[in-house]
Amino acid sequence: MDKLAITNFIMFCSVLSRKGAKVKKYAVTLVLVFILIVLSLLSLFIGVIDIDLKALAGGDSEAWWIFLASRLSRLLAILCTGVGMSVAGLIMQQLCMNKFVSPTTGATISSAQFGILLALLFMPASTLWGRAIFAFVMAILGTWTFVWFIQRIKFKDVVMVPLVGIMFGNVIGGVTNYLAYKYEMTQALSTWLVGHFSLVIRGRYEIVYLTVPLVILAFIFANHFNIVGMGKDFSKNLGVHYNAVLFMGLTIAAMITASIVVVVGSISYIGLIVPNVVAMFKGDKIRGTIIDTALFGAIFVLVCDMIGRVVIAPYELPIELIVGILGSLIFIGLLMYRLKNGRKAIRLGAAGSSACAAAAGAAAERGEGA
Amino acid sequence: MEVRELTKKYDGKTVVDSVSFTIPKGKVISLIGPNGAGKSTVMGIISRLIARDSGLVAFEGQDISKWKSKELSKRLAILTQTNNIQMKLTVRELVTFGRFPYSGGHNTPEDEEIISRAIEYMELQEFEDRFIDELSGGQRQRAMIAMVIAQDTEHVLLDEPTNNLDIYHATNMMKIVRRLCDELGKTVILVLHEINYAAFYSDYICAFKDGRIAHFGPVKEVMTKEVLGDIYNVDFEIMEISGKPLSIYY
Repeated sequence: MDKLAITNFIMFCSVLSRKGAKVKKYAVTLVLVFILIVLSLLSLFIGVIDIDLKALAGGDSEAWWIFLASRLSRLLAILCTGVGMSVAGLIMQQLCMNKFVSPTTGATISSAQFGILLALLFMPASTLWGRAIFAFVMAILGTWTFVWFIQRIKFKDVVMVPLVGIMFGNVIGGVTNYLAYKYEMTQALSTWLVGHFSLVIRGRYEIVYLTVPLVILAFIFANHFNIVGMGKDFSKNLGVHYNAVLFMGLTIAAMITASIVVVVGSISYIGLIVPNVVAMFKGDKIRGTIIDTALFGAIFVLVCDMIGRVVIAPYELPIELIVGILGSLIFIGLLMYRLKNGRKAIRLGAAGSSACAAAAGAAAERGEGA
Repeated sequence: MEVRELTKKYDGKTVVDSVSFTIPKGKVISLIGPNGAGKSTVMGIISRLIARDSGLVAFEGQDISKWKSKELSKRLAILTQTNNIQMKLTVRELVTFGRFPYSGGHNTPEDEEIISRAIEYMELQEFEDRFIDELSGGQRQRAMIAMVIAQDTEHVLLDEPTNNLDIYHATNMMKIVRRLCDELGKTVILVLHEINYAAFYSDYICAFKDGRIAHFGPVKEVMTKEVLGDIYNVDFEIMEISGKPLSIYY
């Protein structure tokens, strides 16, 4: 009798919580979309030169020119950066089975910078596209080397993997700096060392659009990345070609990163923090998290950019600085949470249903015992 | 499935030495033997996870390495150690992967139906939206089996499925293995350390020693003082309980 009542209660709870979860699943995404739209509109009207709607509506050609060539370009570059870096981070974390791997800690960014330096050295007259190709090639090679290395040496400790990545990245960065000093390129290179959006203007940033098809490609192969992230045996069992998917995923992540570094410069932390924060709420199924990760990444970069533009207006701080400050704070927060709660997921407003689930678990355990 | 003259060397050391046997369909076959006897390596080779040096594994009349990976994954499922899953997936998401060889990630309503039935079969309905890393070892193991059921293969290979489980969950696991065979008609091949589980729950035992098959046959033929004593170099007594030969070693 008792047991029946408990079972009924559990069934009721699980139905409720499942319906709730379905609604919530889309609710979070919709809220993120809404925030992003509002912030984007806001961002269009922040800047040294005031643009008001009246001028735009009146067909003021100068206002329109600033609006389209500068503000809109900047906004689009920011969105691509946020989406691209966070998705690149998500892919790399999944494929490397390590939550601390990202374009920064996986030597991708420093390799891309090295590629740009090579382009400046060997093809001084190179266009943006020429540099981009160098950056692509080096970023891909650097990331492959890093992953090949961590697969060769099976690290017991999860922290060792990003540490090796950081060291590897610093070695590449050191070589880049040495060459830059030797050939008096430091000035030219500095644009790509610290990420900023102030030089984003029509005609100089379009490469960053490459992130869009690459992110779509990542979405298409999301399930493959998930399966490869479960390990070699797991992939083989399901008929997925481990190495092919691994290298394709890394190539996509490296190309996304390189196309951003060429235009904006180095932006750290986003690829590390954004996927981790989203995963805490939504788990690791890429199909389920990639859209939220992209949206949250875009919002994060947009907010950082707006702070950078407002704090010391009419001057502006490079985005890398703001991202660094905010990012490290969030990262410390993440670490503290992990230390306190382990890998337990956060369920938004689901205190009741998770209690139900716990009760269900306990009851089932008892049922098994009986 | 037929295995002929299988050989595998690691660093010049022969770990599998011309192993040949035929796996009967629709039965539970346990591979036993001391550590390093080659049973896990043989399992790896017949499931195409490990490359062999020489020999042949014929699966449905065709060499296993000639099979298309995707086609093979609809016919043969392998589960290796499962305790190391770091990923935060819900039970249902994990089981959904079992349909991947069929759907490529785009599940039809029929796929969803198969997934639901697999979850029900493993009695995991209450847990289907919970993350696997929040479950107990036994529940997680059942979730993995549910995935294999969703994969809907005729052959199921399990590498030490009772490893790291307590007696209660390990026994449950073995009962599930039996059901996979009796109710779902699957051929189950498993590597086991616990001889008595092999004796009680399987139809055939394949005993390994030093990379060779010491004995392969129905349970009663293998579960003798002489055979077991020879394989493990330990004294055995065989007792009959519920009509099954069980061993005591000391």
